[in-house]
Amino acid sequence: MSFVSIRDLRVSFSGVQVLHGIDLEISKGEALGLVGESGCGKSVTWLAALGLLPGKATVSGSVMLEGTELIGTPRRRIEAVRGARIAMIFQDPSSSLNPVQRVGRQICESLALHRGLRGGVARAEAIRLLDLVGIPSAATRMNLYPHEFSGGQCQRIMIAMALAGEPDLLIADEPTTALDATIQAQILDLLGRLRRQTGMAMVFISHDLGAVSAVCDRAAVMYAGRIVEQGEIGPLFRTPRHPYTRGLFDALPDLDADRRRLVPIEGTVPDPKALPGGCAFAPRCTRASALCHSDRPGLKPQAGGGRLACFHPVPLPQRAEVYA
Amino acid sequence: MIRYILTRLARAILTILLVMTFAFVVLRLSGDPAQILLGPDAPQDAIDTFRARWGLDDPLWRQYLAYLGQILRGDFGTSMRDGSAAITLVLERVPATLALTVPALILKLGIGIPAGVYAALHRESLADRGVIMASIFGFTIPSFVLGLLLVLVFAITFDLLPAGGQDSWRHAVLPIVTMSIGGIGILARFSRSAMIEVLGQPYIRTAMAKGLPWRDVVWKHALPNAAVPIVTLVGFMVGSLIAGAIVVESIFSWPGVGRLIVVSVANRDLAVVQCLLLVIAATMVIANLLVDFAYGLLDPRLRSGRPAH
Repeated sequence: MSFVSIRDLRVSFSGVQVLHGIDLEISKGEALGLVGESGCGKSVTWLAALGLLPGKATVSGSVMLEGTELIGTPRRRIEAVRGARIAMIFQDPSSSLNPVQRVGRQICESLALHRGLRGGVARAEAIRLLDLVGIPSAATRMNLYPHEFSGGQCQRIMIAMALAGEPDLLIADEPTTALDATIQAQILDLLGRLRRQTGMAMVFISHDLGAVSAVCDRAAVMYAGRIVEQGEIGPLFRTPRHPYTRGLFDALPDLDADRRRLVPIEGTVPDPKALPGGCAFAPRCTRASALCHSDRPGLKPQAGGGRLACFHPVPLPQRAEVYA
Repeated sequence: MIRYILTRLARAILTILLVMTFAFVVLRLSGDPAQILLGPDAPQDAIDTFRARWGLDDPLWRQYLAYLGQILRGDFGTSMRDGSAAITLVLERVPATLALTVPALILKLGIGIPAGVYAALHRESLADRGVIMASIFGFTIPSFVLGLLLVLVFAITFDLLPAGGQDSWRHAVLPIVTMSIGGIGILARFSRSAMIEVLGQPYIRTAMAKGLPWRDVVWKHALPNAAVPIVTLVGFMVGSLIAGAIVVESIFSWPGVGRLIVVSVANRDLAVVQCLLLVIAATMVIANLLVDFAYGLLDPRLRSGRPAH
């Protein structure tokens, strides 16, 4: 049985629907990437699952955590899940820490909440966690405030705080987007190492395909509030079938190959208030037919594993090409 | 840290000096105390004697230097009206004023902040709209209108409370209510927006994602951050404890500092007005110093001299 199972999750803000029925399964210990442009609903999916969206959001559908429904449960029940079963770290680490509290106290707060640790024991454990995420001289720097750390260090502290509850699943919401490239690599490394050490599952939300391939086993590509393609990292990255997924790769520079002109995806993400009638990607798609503009393809299982929502997928390369 | 304190202190002293100078010059350029105190029918030789007695014939700069010398010796001058020490006249009135302003301040804090925070936590609810409406009413109605309205209703129509005087605690009720309504409105409005601002910050989402109960998110993470802007406003209210009751004391014939200001200015009782302004400026400056100090306690980013973001 999957650890978390999301069924037909829909979210709208003040009547504007931004999530149009998401289905996702996360097994224990696996790492899933959630890919897509800004505003496609990657973060909203998990904020909705944990009840972290503002009050004006309407959420429907189902999020089951080992058989327990999270959507519509009383606040107390969902609070018991947050941090303890599912922890979350965010995009902007510097402003995600309370600026007027010492970082040690913020970590100890989680330790007290989830593991009942207090006083010296909590302190020692907080130091161990800070050590684990690579904050040097943790014992003294526990007493510093968030503004006294760099962005990368703040993200490490956020990760330490997330680990404090020994969660089964860590949602990393664009954890490296606000950081320098070298720091990004360090944080990705750290997340990968922690996952191996603790065996926790991870959902890695990013628009950075490289980061996703480095960390995840499986990925789901989202466009305009829907999943359009999902599958194992290998096949998905070697032979993307959805024109949008393919477009994401074409827009990336390839360091190994000859220099080539990057192919951007023409047009812009549609306004959620005025989504096209058929496939939301059709207006930007080079392969779209009349059918794509009138009907919407469902997310269907594919022969080689994975799922795809497209009437005219990018053809698989011929056998000869693969071995060429 | 010591440098921080010293610059603040120097700035405070400069502020007080500027207020003193300004008051001195303006008072002397805006009317002749001899003429006003002795009346329009006073004989010329009486006026001349009076002017000579108080040194009003000297050039302005000499009067000013003499005044500064006095202040440095701890002498705040004597009242031209009854010859008693100006500082005594002022300090005598302070308790009466504080008897109004301190309870009013407690009401402002005790009602304004909780109402604002509650409204922010229940945004767009009926209670929120009620708080907004009430606070707009509170800070738009001038205290002289509100004071008279309260007198009309509670003193004249229903005869529940006295309309003026200082004989019992019942006499203090209307002035205190009049004084606190505006402040409650402003504080409620301000606390609400400060709290809404903080509740939208990413660290609040972090605190929720941690699994903290909502009550702890509010008390341990939101309120300490919202306190920083609120303290500024409260500091201003503390600074107005001495001088904040001029209108209300006049309406309710309350013999406090405010009444003394009105009477002394009307009489051009120079030493008393100057002394009053000095005391008022000092209170405001001290309140500001306390606010700066509180900032440091509340926000570590300000302690290290970096701007808050």
